[in-house]
Amino acid sequence: MPSTTPPLRTPYLAATDDQRGTSLWQDAWHRLQKNRLAVIGGVLLLTLGLLCIAGPWFLRFSYQEQNLDLGATSPSSVHWLGTDTLGRDLLVRLLYGGRISLGVGLCATFVALTIGVVYGAVAGYVGGKTDAVMMRLVDIIYALPFTIFVILLMVFFGRNIILLFVAIGAVEWLTMARIVRSQIMSLKKMEFIEAARSLGLGNRRIIFRHLLPNALGPIIVYTTLTIPAVMLLEAFLSFLGLGVQPPMSSWGTLIKDGAEKMEEFPWLLLFPGVIFSLTLFSLNFLGDGLRDALDVRSAKD
Amino acid sequence: MFRFITRRLLQAIPVLFVIITATFFMVRFVPGGPFTGEKAIPPEILKNLEAHYGLDQPLWRQYLNYLSQIAHGDLGPSFKYANRSVNEIIADKLPVSLELGGLSLLVALAVGLILGVLAAVRRNTWLDYSASSVGMLGICVPTFVLGPLMVLYFSIHLGWVNASGWYTWTDRILPCCTLGLVYAAYIMRLTRGGMLEILNQDYIRTARAKGASEVRIVLRHALRGGLLPVISFLGPAIAGILTGSFVIETIFQIPGLGREFVNSAFNRDFTLVLGTVILYATLIIALNLLADVVQVWLNPKVKFE
Repeated sequence: MPSTTPPLRTPYLAATDDQRGTSLWQDAWHRLQKNRLAVIGGVLLLTLGLLCIAGPWFLRFSYQEQNLDLGATSPSSVHWLGTDTLGRDLLVRLLYGGRISLGVGLCATFVALTIGVVYGAVAGYVGGKTDAVMMRLVDIIYALPFTIFVILLMVFFGRNIILLFVAIGAVEWLTMARIVRSQIMSLKKMEFIEAARSLGLGNRRIIFRHLLPNALGPIIVYTTLTIPAVMLLEAFLSFLGLGVQPPMSSWGTLIKDGAEKMEEFPWLLLFPGVIFSLTLFSLNFLGDGLRDALDVRSAKD
Repeated sequence: MFRFITRRLLQAIPVLFVIITATFFMVRFVPGGPFTGEKAIPPEILKNLEAHYGLDQPLWRQYLNYLSQIAHGDLGPSFKYANRSVNEIIADKLPVSLELGGLSLLVALAVGLILGVLAAVRRNTWLDYSASSVGMLGICVPTFVLGPLMVLYFSIHLGWVNASGWYTWTDRILPCCTLGLVYAAYIMRLTRGGMLEILNQDYIRTARAKGASEVRIVLRHALRGGLLPVISFLGPAIAGILTGSFVIETIFQIPGLGREFVNSAFNRDFTLVLGTVILYATLIIALNLLADVVQVWLNPKVKFE
């Protein structure tokens, strides 16, 4: 006899707020928002970025427009941050220089990121002898006084801005490779990777679709902390005269000019120096905040 | 331990070899040589000069000659400074750089360690926050910003010390403080982190329960473990101080090796560039090795691999 009991109808209960689960990213975002310094850093960074990209369009002066009669003047209502010795408006040069400095920071970090992630992922995943050889190579390169090499590279092969990206990126990929490798090695042993393997997924797919997305946390943190290191290196090279060429200005060249003329025109040093330091501050605070937010095991201190 | 040291020393040899070879060929493949300056030199004199310094020989022969030269400890003549050998120039300038580096390191250690310990012991108080802010300042304000600013204030504005030079002992103050403060920031952060981790351990609780004073706990018990991250940082840090002196020496006009290195790179003075690079690389490798050995000595749990 067919069953005559009516099908059970249970009303569908939508998950209420306190029952809804959260993901790692939502947790991390929540924790990041609570860290005031990191939020301030992030907001400051966005503001500076927007100013540097969009600012020069709204200002009257071009960054290379010289006004030799004017010479260096202190901040006034016409030139908000004053002018340099060639009569160029400092505010526009600062914002334009920000484009270059931030651009170099992002591009070189991107170079370091790509090389480092691929290298580290392959080394960590393959393991065994290949890994040992690859890591030995990293250790050897790590031992080289790379600052010296970058200086030599820039002196000898000219001050091409692309070369600048490559040179700086070539210095920073090492630590990224190490971090990615250790992440991959700890993730490799987890069961979901074993499941992927038994499903017959190829190595490349496992690395790029399963391992790397789960290793994103430390990668993001370290990327955010590499950008200020790169900017510092670029400014250092500019200070030695090896960075971008005039009339292009990066913050490094502005600081260099300011340092040379600071006795009579201190604002030429103060403004670029302060903005540069503020940017680095924001990036470092943001990076620290991200690290605290994304690391599920770190003790809150 | 001796096996470890021997192994590291053996590993250092190929590294040095790679560095020497790479630098050697890089400097020579570059447009311009040591004698192509602004003044055009008549070709006969140029030829004589090149023959005198052995630059007219095929590249591989120059390379082998150089290697055998180094093996005897002779770094060759300087091309730019006639009649002075690289050994001489280095012997002249290195003590200055070492003094600068050594004093800066002392400043960095003193300020960094004290602030770090204080910040860890008085956690989350205003002392902690202000120390951490000073720490962050040191990391974010680069030496070439801090240096001129300090000169601007202390030397030009207040007139307390000379702006540049390396003559009286007061000339040492600004450069060493500038270089030292940057590294003090890193050391402070590392010390604070290390001490925080240690101070949460059970054996510290035991010491407190037994009635030891806070000072004794910090100095006699916590400091040993808390200093470990600093030690492992010191290896690369000393290398950084040595290379970071490029900038300081330029700002403060100090006759040290860093400035000489950058100038020689600009002047295409092959032998001086190579000599300095070899020196720095050797120092860095030796210091890394020393830092690793000290680390194992302090913390038996970290074994030699």
